[in-house]
Amino acid sequence: MSARVGVVLFPGSNCEHDAIEAVEALGGKADIVWHGATSIPGVDAIVLPGGFAHGDYLRPGAIARFSPVMDAVRRFAADGGPVVGICNGFQVLTEAGLLPGALQKNAGLKFLCTTVEVRVDSARSTLTSAASVGDILRIPINHFEGNYTCDPATLAQLRDDECVVLRYVDNPNGSIDDIAGICNKAGNVVGLMPHPERASDPLLGSEDGLVLLRSLLAGGVRR
Amino acid sequence: MSAQFDVLVEVSLRPGIADPQGSTVERALPALGFDGVEGVRVGKAIRFSIEAGDEATARSQVEDLCHRFLTNPVIEDSRVEVTRR
Repeated sequence: MSARVGVVLFPGSNCEHDAIEAVEALGGKADIVWHGATSIPGVDAIVLPGGFAHGDYLRPGAIARFSPVMDAVRRFAADGGPVVGICNGFQVLTEAGLLPGALQKNAGLKFLCTTVEVRVDSARSTLTSAASVGDILRIPINHFEGNYTCDPATLAQLRDDECVVLRYVDNPNGSIDDIAGICNKAGNVVGLMPHPERASDPLLGSEDGLVLLRSLLAGGVRR
Repeated sequence: MSAQFDVLVEVSLRPGIADPQGSTVERALPALGFDGVEGVRVGKAIRFSIEAGDEATARSQVEDLCHRFLTNPVIEDSRVEVTRR
């Protein structure tokens, strides 16, 4: 049985087809789930893709958090289901309170569109279970608000629980503790700024994102 | 009897949260001949009106709205002005 992934489409999402393409290249199945859906039946994992959900109005993720689908995402996550937020999806997860902290404007006030190196610092999440701690992955970033921040107590908790899953080798955006991606305590909800789906084929310049997506398809923490 | 109140919510980054937009504006000012300006912080202003029984009720509804939606309490503060119309 191949894993079935629900890729949530908010008005303004723009990386949903990239995510579907990458999942299918790995032998998984992927379906678009409209943000107005109130349930997401029959999926093994959920991806909140990159883009500008609801135009990023007010703040990235601030309005997407109230989309009807988010209740279903919340229930799925509470049940241990793997949920991954990529870029804008990460912003949605923090706004929804499914992950701690917030993403503020890049320190240099520049929109960053480049390929960076990230290091796997925890293999206990649903997105990194097939990778090894210390692996260096080349993955594109594409964001204006990717500067992760949180209060010192939250940061200490993230470190203690090994919830910092990816760190930038050379911090591009001012993120606290070089954080590129985090997971919740259970490890089944992950948010990251880099786009693994854009590093899924040699033609794209890197296929280092595959190990992450393969982890997700393998069911990670859940099964 | 309920009344209509005009609301102004000022959203700003919390003290200690870097404000690259504010510092960029501040750095640009000397080039225009404005010297001695410091502490520039850029935020947003949101205006609306709300119907409520009295000013205290209006204010508490707006503060709830600020906390749950208009600001991200991790990085932002808000200041609320409520004026009876």
